[in-house]
Parts: sequence; structure tokens; C-alpha cells
Amino acid sequence: MTAENRSMKRYSVFALAREALNWHMGWEKAWVSPAPKKAYDAIIVGAGGHGLATAYYLGKNHGITNVAVIEKGWLGGGNTGRNTTIIRSNYLQDPSAAIYEKARSLYETLSQELNYNVMFSPRGLLMLGQTHHEVRGYLRTVHANTLQGVQTEWISPQKVKELVPIINIDGPRYPILGALYQARGGTARHDAVAWGYARACSAMGMDIIQNCEVKGVTSENGHVTGIETTKGYIGAKKVGFVVAGHSGQLAEMAGFRLPIEAVALQAMVSEPIKPCMDVVVMANTVHGYMSQSDKGEMVIGGGTDGFNNYTQRGSWHHIEETLRALIETFPMISRLKMLRQWGGIVDMTGDRSPLISKTPLGNCFINCGWGTGGFKAIPGSGWAMAELMAKGEPGPLAAEFDMWRFKEGRFIDESVAAGVAH
Amino acid sequence: MLTLECPYCGVMAEETELSPGGEAHLKRFGPGSSDEEFEAYMFARKNPKGVHFERWRHAYGCGKWFLAARCTATLEVFGTYPAQVSAPPQDLQDKIKAKRPDWKGFK
Repeated sequence: MTAENRSMKRYSVFALAREALNWHMGWEKAWVSPAPKKAYDAIIVGAGGHGLATAYYLGKNHGITNVAVIEKGWLGGGNTGRNTTIIRSNYLQDPSAAIYEKARSLYETLSQELNYNVMFSPRGLLMLGQTHHEVRGYLRTVHANTLQGVQTEWISPQKVKELVPIINIDGPRYPILGALYQARGGTARHDAVAWGYARACSAMGMDIIQNCEVKGVTSENGHVTGIETTKGYIGAKKVGFVVAGHSGQLAEMAGFRLPIEAVALQAMVSEPIKPCMDVVVMANTVHGYMSQSDKGEMVIGGGTDGFNNYTQRGSWHHIEETLRALIETFPMISRLKMLRQWGGIVDMTGDRSPLISKTPLGNCFINCGWGTGGFKAIPGSGWAMAELMAKGEPGPLAAEFDMWRFKEGRFIDESVAAGVAH
Repeated sequence: MLTLECPYCGVMAEETELSPGGEAHLKRFGPGSSDEEFEAYMFARKNPKGVHFERWRHAYGCGKWFLAARCTATLEVFGTYPAQVSAPPQDLQDKIKAKRPDWKGFK
């Protein structure tokens, strides 16, 4: 069965001029929303960044286009729309550095590739060293990154002050002793990443089916045969669960248990102000991180709750803790009003690294467990998951991230390497 | 803010006064157990969307460990009880069952 080819008009300055003369009435829908077919070669559950990227690379790298992406809510409405949009790849462990750097490098040209402006802004990212232990840890990361081919460097407090004039480097509790600096780290427009991938998937003939919740997983002789949904039964030769938060529920439907717990992580933005900080700053000792959006809002990441939670709102006291930390680091924000606060449900694994894995059910694959830092990984994650689903075996990027590593003690221990802000 | 009643000192304790301790009624596996048993105990913790039993410590109060029954989907607290039991008290289970008829019971 081959999928129809839905060619899309190219976005360009000429298209913009043409449409300007036409009262902008000629723009076509970025993606079509068809009713599900009876069966597909592959079904991806979850139309967030990771799911759509998986579908995109299934088509682009492996020629599999008879694909449906099923979404319980609306496209990109989960953690893809709830994160702080930070992109970096300065990880300590080799498997993490490889997949996050793959993702970061794909982000560099993603707008051109998708013909959709994802507003990737490699503005530079600093992780502050505020204790001697932290400095030692980050120096180790810099050396590891050098070996891994990830461009990072250790910079002095004076250089930090040059890059971030609003920072207080002589804090009374935790003076800034330097920073791990990734010059090509930065941010991107989170919604646009999902929308761009969705548009490209739709153009390849894939079906993106929103408001369609998975209710069950069917199998025969240990192999998946399809899914029961609120829009009826859909058959599939292969199924990939690419979800956050509810990965455990899906795994239960498929008859296995994941080494994952779901907790709420929250973030907030301030009222918009004039440009004052053109890099991303992460202060892991006091626990807060901040960047400035193109609209001028200060985008602030908070902490996770310590207990299982599916409510997409975090505990109130984390707001105070996060702002207290950031006011200490950036005294000028003390009078800023916070505009919005929200939460998302993140999947936490025992080693704080993701699962990109085969499962006990044949032809059923899972990509989850990105914890508090999945946005940055979207292109690399999709690339690795598509390879796993197409070939049935993981490629080099996904090889270490299987779900059996906990039984075998092969942890990818980034909870130690990356500190709390992932 | 999440508020739990400490079953020892009777204080209605706010979340900032408590330390979360993860899944309750765990059966521990150590040396001599199989890899599967140890993995299930150590990493594959229960992660239900709904009724969940947890350990909490009244850290900034009396300091005691206690257990709580809570709904992870709504944050509703069904009740708290002392930690010296291997299963939730029957009256609490009945109360949860009355509120959540779909609940499959404590396993």
C-alpha cells in the first residue's frame, strides 16, 4: 500500500509576496487531518516533537511513508509545548553526547530542511560553576566533550560577565567560579519544531490523527497487530510509543512494565522586557535556568516534584525556590512580574537517561523517559527511533538506550553528570 | 499545596514540611535475589495514574515515616496511616473502593 503524495507549496519570500497581494487567502493547511485508514505499515503513538520526528525520519531515511501519527490531544500539546526550548549537547557520557549532539547538529539546518522556520538560535549556553565540586565536574565534562567531538569550553568569571552583563558573579552564597560554555547551544521555537515536522510528514502522505486516544493494544503470537482507539481499531505492522508522561499506561496496555515514574516539572515566563540577555544561563547549584524569548519574556525552568503526579501542574513552593535562586544570580529580575506558570508530566528513569528500545512485545517499540530534557533531543531521538523501527534493531545512536540496561547494570548515568537541570 | 495529616502527631502538614519517599509496601530484594526481582524492586516501581500508596516523612515535624494513599491524577488524598503495616488498612481500602469503583484494589 503506498501513501498518496500531498505536495505542499514552498514557503518563500515570493510566496509571501504573492499571498500579500491575495489578502493571504491562498495559504493551504500545513497538514491534513484525515480519518484513520484501516491499517498502516507503522503507527506512531504521540504527535509531539519526538513522535513527529520519528515519522519524518521513517519517511526520509527509510522510505516508509504509510504511517499514521496518533495523538490523544492536539499536536505538540504535551511537553513539546511546555518546555523551556533549550538546546545543548554538553553531556558527560558518550551515548548521551552522541545522540544530543546529533540532535543539535540537525537543528542547525532544520529550518532549511523542513522549509519551516523553527527559529533555531545558537546563541550560546552557559552552565555556571558555583562550587569547587561543580567546577571539577564541568572541567571533566569539557575534556569528555573534546574527546566526543562536542564543542564546549571552560570560561572564566570575567568572560561570563562579558557574555551576561546582568549576572552577579560575586554572589554572597555561591560566587561564580566560571562556566561550561557551549557556543552553539541555544534555543528554538518549540511549537514550530512540531509544526514543521508535521507539515513535512503530511507532505509525504502520512496521516496525523489528533483527538484520538489509544485504548488498547492488540497482539498475536507475541507480535503487535494494531491499536484500539477512540476512533476505532487501526491495524499496524509496527507500533512505536513515543510519548511522555503516559508511557507507563501504554506499556501496561501492551503488557509490560517500564522502569519509569511520572512526575510534574514546571516552568514559567515573566512579563516581556527589552533585550537584556542573549545567551542561555543554567545555574544548577542554586537550581534555576533562564533565557530570554524573542518576545522579551524571561523563560524560567523550575524543579520537579518529588512524588508521582499526572496533573500537569507543579507544587507552588518550587516557584519560590526557583525565583529565589535566580534573583540571587540576576538581581535585576527581582522586580519582574511572572506572567504564566505551567507544568508538564515528565518520565523519569533510574539513570535519568531515555529509553529508545525494543519491548517484550514484538514489533512494538518505545521512545520515552526523556525526563526533564527531551526538547533538545527531538531530531536525534526521531532519527534513532526511526532507524530502530525500520530495521527492527537499534543503530549506533539508540544501541545503549535499551530498557534492559537496568537489569544488566549498564546505566547511562547522567543524573550525576548533568546535575539536576537536564 | 498538598497537605497530609501526620498519623503520629496529628498535624496537618503542608508539602514543604514533608519529604516524599516513593512507593510504599515495597518488598525489598538484595543479595541472592534474581536480576529480574532486583530490577523490578529497584527500578520498575509502580507508576499508576490513579490510586497510589506512598511513603512520606514528616521531616520538619515529628520526623516519623508514615504512609499515604493518594490519587496521582487528581491529587486527592484518601488518607494516611502508620508505616508499621505490610498492606493498607482495610477501612482505607474500602473508602478508596467507594470513591473509585474502577480501582482494581491493592496488589
